[in-house]
Amino acid sequence: MSKELIRLADISMAYDGEVVLNNINLYINDSEFLTLLGPSGCGKTTTLQIIGGFVKPTAGSVLFDGVRINDIPPHKRQVNTVFQRYALFPHLDVYDNIAFGLRIAKLGEDEIAKRVTEMLEVVGMRGFEERKVDNLSGGQQQRIAIARALVNRPKVLLLDEPLGALDLRLRKDMQVELKRIQQQMGITFIFVTHDQEEALTMSDTIVVMDKGEIQQIGTPEDIYNEPKNAFVADFIGESNILDGIMRADRVVEFFGRRFACVDEGFGKDEAVDVVIRPEDVDIVPADGGHLCGTVTSVTFKGVHYDIIVDFHGFKWLIQTTDYQPVGAVIGIRLNPEDIHIMKRSKYSGMFGDYSSYSAEYDEIGDAALAEELEAEEDGE
Amino acid sequence: MKRQFLSGPYLVWMFLFTLIPLAIVVYYAFTDSVTGSFTLSNMASMGSYLPIFLRSVWLAVVSALICLVVGYPVAWCIAQTKPMTQRFLYMLVMLPMCISFLLRTLAWVSLLEDTGIINRLLGQIGIGPLRLVRNDGAVILGMVYNYLPYMIMPLYTVIMKIDHRLVDAAQDLGCDGGQVFLRVTLPLSVPGIVSGVTMVFVPAVSTFYISQKMGGTTSTMIGDVIESQFKTAYNPNLGAALSLVLMVLVLVCVAVMNHFTGEDESVVTI
Repeated sequence: MSKELIRLADISMAYDGEVVLNNINLYINDSEFLTLLGPSGCGKTTTLQIIGGFVKPTAGSVLFDGVRINDIPPHKRQVNTVFQRYALFPHLDVYDNIAFGLRIAKLGEDEIAKRVTEMLEVVGMRGFEERKVDNLSGGQQQRIAIARALVNRPKVLLLDEPLGALDLRLRKDMQVELKRIQQQMGITFIFVTHDQEEALTMSDTIVVMDKGEIQQIGTPEDIYNEPKNAFVADFIGESNILDGIMRADRVVEFFGRRFACVDEGFGKDEAVDVVIRPEDVDIVPADGGHLCGTVTSVTFKGVHYDIIVDFHGFKWLIQTTDYQPVGAVIGIRLNPEDIHIMKRSKYSGMFGDYSSYSAEYDEIGDAALAEELEAEEDGE
Repeated sequence: MKRQFLSGPYLVWMFLFTLIPLAIVVYYAFTDSVTGSFTLSNMASMGSYLPIFLRSVWLAVVSALICLVVGYPVAWCIAQTKPMTQRFLYMLVMLPMCISFLLRTLAWVSLLEDTGIINRLLGQIGIGPLRLVRNDGAVILGMVYNYLPYMIMPLYTVIMKIDHRLVDAAQDLGCDGGQVFLRVTLPLSVPGIVSGVTMVFVPAVSTFYISQKMGGTTSTMIGDVIESQFKTAYNPNLGAALSLVLMVLVLVCVAVMNHFTGEDESVVTI
């Protein structure tokens, strides 16, 4: 099961002197669902293109089953790709699109027909053989793109933000669908996305990237519960990140008060980043808590409320199912396992403060990201 | 819908200068040159011009194919360069069109004629003089030279628009360079090929100036015959009949070519 299939060793990549990837080391096991996750421009797509053979790294080796494949062109690799916006051939119908790779491989028409039909079954698109691809919806094109890649029985399927163009509902369905197909086919999926929820839902392993470097590799639970630095803590879910000092193993001090925690192995009096997830905070009456603060804003989110609470000038995001009016003074309790300690990094102090939080913040961020993506594609 | 009146000026123009003249051509084609009464004799005499029609079509087809073979690689290469370079190269391709068509044709004659520059240079090294002009080859050369930009234009436009990811996808699915071209780039540039061939074929089949200046006595094309009916033989009725048949011939050729592009993909239809 967990046999190593692909290894990236000391991979660096620069375009016109601009470093896009900096010393990437990564191995990918057979039959695993691995996600490269990061903001736009973090190098995740370039990493995928290096594995696909479309881009040659400036330094380092790409190993496939232990063999160096840097110089092997894309058409000779046992890897197929589902491209951003699918890149289906507009001059061919659904059947011929899926049969494309098999015809290049010079298989008999009988065998081709059998395998194409089989794949259409897997992606739930039987009966669409004769359709022109332009007449398909986004979700249907998506399925054909997956079928076109998988029909070649690659050892690895690369997926470059394949769900980006779909609406939310369809995206959620396709997440489940992709995971099902991956398990049914039993092959390795390498998935690129900037959507942390997508990554958490589907992956066996998540690789968080930023600025051309790997920030953390781990299971979705590891990444969420034990983020390595402020960037990861902020990018995956919401986090309140505070400056703290480790006074001893399992004792951290912040806001001038000592808290019990579960982390150890830091130096005595070492400055650290303290992560507190908004959903882990228990709200109690003002006089019964570890800390006492004032609610400054409330946003209804459906399942819960996002409330911003001011503690001595530092604003926290807390998620609670109990309504708290603006101006209310509340207390909070922190259990030892709710406090996560991280080493200081270059990202310390950049994230995790909700002083400028507004309800529209997320949407503005998403819109800006979408525009950035557009610009990136136009620039190609 | 209310904005349709904006196309009014063009419709008036088209009515005055296309439809009415066309009606006049049809009228002349079916009337007698002397009596002015209805007759089919102009049409009946078309048979004797069949060889010239065929010659014209043949020379135009050969020119269009040479333009395609020469123009396609050029269009492809331009489309592969950076956007700035593309604009510059495209401008270079269009540059000859800034010079008068007549002037360019005459320039070729003076290059190729027996006492022309090429023969004089060849004479210096003891070759020739070669008979470079006044033959079918020269006519084809003249047509290829003059109409090549019309081939490159639509080809370049179509090739440039081919999504680069389709090429990546083809490679990903196992195509080497040649297979990518044959299975993706070429099929996707068919609309450009059809437009280009049409845009070269149509003016080439009806040309008269090039064949007069660069062709020999046996290189007469249908355009020359039509011109002479109007200007020297004073038989506009026969000229009109020839024009009408030529027009139908061109429409049939274009329709056949468009058939290969499918309903909605052709870039230029005439």
